Amino acid sequence: MRYLPHTPQDIAQMLQKTGHAGLEDLFATIPEKFRINGKLELPDPLTEWELNAHMDQLSSTMCAFPRNKIFLGAGSYPHYIPSVIPSLISRSEFATAYTPYQPEISQGTLQGIYEFQTMITELLGTEVATASHYDCGTALTEALLIALRKKKKVNRVAVSCLVHPHHRQMINTYFAPAGFEMVEIPMAGDGTTDLAAVAAMDDIAAVAVQSPNFLGCIEDLAGVKTMADSKNALFITSFTEGLAWGLLKNPGSFGADIVAGEGQSFGIAQCFGGPGLGILTAQKKYVRDLPGRLVGRTRDTNGEEGFVLTLSTREQHIRREKASSNICSNNGLNALTAAMYLATVGKIGIREIAQINHDKASFLRDLLVDAGFEIAFERPFFNEFALKAPKGYGVKRQALKKKGILAGLSLECYYPALKNHYLFCATEVFSRQDMEDLAKEVKHG
Amino acid sequence: MKEINELNLPENIKYSKDHEWASIQGDVVTVGINDYAQDQLGEVVFVEMPQVGDSFDEGEEFGTVESVKAVSELYCPVSGEVVEVNDALEDAPELVNNDPYQGGWIMKIKTDNPSEMDNLMDKAAYLEMLKG
Repeated sequence: MRYLPHTPQDIAQMLQKTGHAGLEDLFATIPEKFRINGKLELPDPLTEWELNAHMDQLSSTMCAFPRNKIFLGAGSYPHYIPSVIPSLISRSEFATAYTPYQPEISQGTLQGIYEFQTMITELLGTEVATASHYDCGTALTEALLIALRKKKKVNRVAVSCLVHPHHRQMINTYFAPAGFEMVEIPMAGDGTTDLAAVAAMDDIAAVAVQSPNFLGCIEDLAGVKTMADSKNALFITSFTEGLAWGLLKNPGSFGADIVAGEGQSFGIAQCFGGPGLGILTAQKKYVRDLPGRLVGRTRDTNGEEGFVLTLSTREQHIRREKASSNICSNNGLNALTAAMYLATVGKIGIREIAQINHDKASFLRDLLVDAGFEIAFERPFFNEFALKAPKGYGVKRQALKKKGILAGLSLECYYPALKNHYLFCATEVFSRQDMEDLAKEVKHG
Repeated sequence: MKEINELNLPENIKYSKDHEWASIQGDVVTVGINDYAQDQLGEVVFVEMPQVGDSFDEGEEFGTVESVKAVSELYCPVSGEVVEVNDALEDAPELVNNDPYQGGWIMKIKTDNPSEMDNLMDKAAYLEMLKG
């Protein structure tokens, strides 16, 4: 659907209806100090070539893939985007902020979301998925809020300290005014969540773990299930690197109640960290507890197949303050991008790309160990891993930055105990040459 | 929708201001929604029931009824512990519409304080409330 702004005639008609003399009259309740009087202070217009030159100049001052070699993941991953995706997604009918409430004029958008939901549940082994959320952090928080609504008399959840630090910050932001509490599950020596610590936690509505976790280690999801069951708590798991599920056994098969994730790896550009794609998917028994929109397939009065927003009695336009959530904006364009990506690579392709990611990461890890790093954790990983750096690496890393190589994320900022530890990532976009160059720089540079 | 004089409101049970009905045998109170409530809601498509063992105070929310047009909260007419829920509603929520006082019951709650039944209305008082 296209976005059409109001014409002066539309505005005049509406003002007549509301009984206001003009726009100034309509906005009279907005205090003077919040108004812009006169013109916006904007620079003069540029020609197309001037604008392109300006943008090129700006981009050359930034450390961005692919001009720079960024061996980083930590929630945002450089992946190859097949050219069919930008070509299709740039069609104007997809670029709309409109919620497809009217199925009779929104069949394309609705079917796109329905296909997205279907592929997400197939990938993750769950039964229902929402139309998407802002990002993994909001999806994970909503998952925890579902657990708190299910366990009405409990106001705490247990969340692994190896869930992405930004996501834990978002959980706290949501929880503080609501009177809920997040208890962090500590880290075990092997770089995974110390599940044994959950045994001592009482009155928790959910146990939430990210896998692969922030240190890149694959968590023992079967163990999380057992621990959550023993506490009569929901088993929630999240992920920041969706391609991992091309290789790993999916969370649904471990009995996860709710899975929250980041879908940026599915064909969405990194764009300096956003917008992302919040994935929220669950077993069917939670379908009425899910926040936001769900698209369902149905038949119309003529028996023809069609798509609609379904189970909307959960939603704010019907249920007001009792709605399952009041943050229901979904990242529709990115959900559609992810659906296009998953359909493009297919079931075999995603496995192959995942395998390449793991193989390259293993290769890079071996090179870096050879260059003097130590393996931090002997746990299986996907495309990210933590290493303990040789003496003086901090200075070398700064020098590499000037050469356009971002060589790992310092983990000490997030986990003070992990002094001199760095998180590295390798994906399909890095060539053998890129990785050997990095290792050479680290060793001899 | 039904007129007030068309409503089926049995004499031998009690009514709450939130349109639940309650019927006591010994210390176990059976709870459902009455004919007025089901008629107002329209076709019921889902009943979210509590779990056996949950306990509720008088007036506390214990579940929801979802119809094709709205979701309504269910409020517990007496305090106590849930001893049974009507599993038949999982597959046949329409029982709430078709048979609100028999097949459409929602839960049975064991009360420590049967005198709370006296706080509820009989048919005549409930009809008065509806007529406003």
